[in-house]
Amino acid sequence: MAPSDERACTRALGLEGSANKIGVGVVRSDGTIESNPRETYVTPPGSGFLPNDTARHHRARVVDLVRKALREAGVTMGEIDVVAYTRGPGMGAPLTAVAACARTLAGLYDKPMVGVNHCVAHIEMGRLVTGCDDPVILYASGGNTQVIAYNERRYRIFGETIDIAVGNMLDRFARVCGLSNDPAPGYNIEQEAKKGKKFVEGPYGVKGMDVNLSGILTFYKTYAEENLGKGEVTVADLCFSMQETVFSMLVEITERAMAHVNAKDVMIVGGVGCNLRLQEMMAIMARERGGKLYGLDENGRMDDRFCIDNGAMIAHTGLIQYLNGETTPIEETECTQRFRTDEVLVTWRDKAGTKRTAEGSPAAS
Amino acid sequence: MTTETCAPTPALLALLRACDGSIEPRSQGAEARVYDVQLSGVECVAKQRFAKTYRLRELDERLTRSRLSAEARTMVRARKLGVLAPHVVHVDAKESCVYMERIRGCALKEALRSGETTREDLRRFGEEIGVAVAKLHDGGIIHGDLTTSNLMVRDEDGRVVVIDFGLSYPSKLPEDKGVDLYVLERAITAAHPSQTVLFDDILAAYKKTSQMWCSTLNRFAEVRARGRKRSMVG
Repeated sequence: MAPSDERACTRALGLEGSANKIGVGVVRSDGTIESNPRETYVTPPGSGFLPNDTARHHRARVVDLVRKALREAGVTMGEIDVVAYTRGPGMGAPLTAVAACARTLAGLYDKPMVGVNHCVAHIEMGRLVTGCDDPVILYASGGNTQVIAYNERRYRIFGETIDIAVGNMLDRFARVCGLSNDPAPGYNIEQEAKKGKKFVEGPYGVKGMDVNLSGILTFYKTYAEENLGKGEVTVADLCFSMQETVFSMLVEITERAMAHVNAKDVMIVGGVGCNLRLQEMMAIMARERGGKLYGLDENGRMDDRFCIDNGAMIAHTGLIQYLNGETTPIEETECTQRFRTDEVLVTWRDKAGTKRTAEGSPAAS
Repeated sequence: MTTETCAPTPALLALLRACDGSIEPRSQGAEARVYDVQLSGVECVAKQRFAKTYRLRELDERLTRSRLSAEARTMVRARKLGVLAPHVVHVDAKESCVYMERIRGCALKEALRSGETTREDLRRFGEEIGVAVAKLHDGGIIHGDLTTSNLMVRDEDGRVVVIDFGLSYPSKLPEDKGVDLYVLERAITAAHPSQTVLFDDILAAYKKTSQMWCSTLNRFAEVRARGRKRSMVG
């Protein structure tokens, strides 16, 4: 992106609230993230976040967050060119709550709106922050588990879960174990897993480039209920075993997709991408293929800006769409819980796929 | 690629030398390397699975073992069912290596991308794949990894050969068959979005061939709907 005179840049305000995080971001068309505040709705241990309570949380917090985002960016609504919001996928009630705020802002200040696909926003933010142009992407979060590569104007889903999402699975297992939801159940599973010693072997659900996760959750849940407290196995052991199994599966399907499209580089987006063990496994796999895992900062950690839901990723993607001539008329600014990654026509990238497919690879037998 | 992971193990090296094998692998996939060898004058390939270092060792060893035996066992059973698959010559469990007939040809993926396939070719590929998958399923075999990388177009007669049975397992459940077809559909729509008609031909041939097509295709429709309509709620 060509950095230029700040005033010549277009600027977007993005609102995200598809799950338990509410975020507002201000992003400039030269790629500068001017602000990106966020808050998380945390529920007590043993419980998950329900749509209505989450929507209530978002409604209560969104106005303050918009003010904060504008203040931190040092701009007024007058200097915003477009309001971007998450159209889906996600939970219905929180999505509509945040969209209502976006509509109000757009109406009050007479700004155009753009609806953004949440999954595509994670990907575009990852591309912006890492500078990796055409990676294979593992999108692993509370609601999604997909292996994605760009091909012929769409982010194509090569593999995905055939039942529940990996983050959802980890959250539910954390509930079984009574682990805290603060800061995130998956984080607490990761900390427990570090102490695990004994590997309890469960099912391994790789189906081509897809994974089957609910069977694994059921296995470890049942195992936990029957064996915890007997002194032979600890919560740490089970967290460790489940994590090793599930992440092996995710890395394996990602590698399959990479082999299938002849790609070398990989990126992880979505909340589960914060898990250091997953990053470590993915980095080893990429290195052995002669490629690289993108997105690790100088401390070897994944960047929050594209791993965890936030407003800037919506602002950035909305801005790209806006600059490509796309706006969403106010009467069409609804939300949808189901909005697949490959439904979005990617107007802002080359037809591509050509770079990779032209090379070909020797047939394996 | 580190040279360490690329080199054949000493035992395999000795074998490769003994049977005029090339020491350089002919190709390297995600979890195995393939070497050209000659066994009693027959052209073969040796497919050796290697350790995936990102995985916990005990998990990796278990997976390698079970995939090796699944692969060899299913190839033999598939051929008995009349499915075109490589002929298994020898299995060396200690070296995680299976020796099989060499198929001269290219992956279906390459054939589709070459831009030289006509609608007539696609129809024939679809017919052959549909029949092969139906025979496997009716025989109680799930391939587990049906992609255009795991189907080969043979040079000698242009027929489609099914390879890579590492993820295969025995099952007669409509759910497993449905998922198998779903995996194939997605492999085609994601990698070859302008040639999805191939999958329609596959389904048509499957329906004509399989005795149990009704329950399988019903379940396939459900699996598909599950994917599309899955609410992505955390």
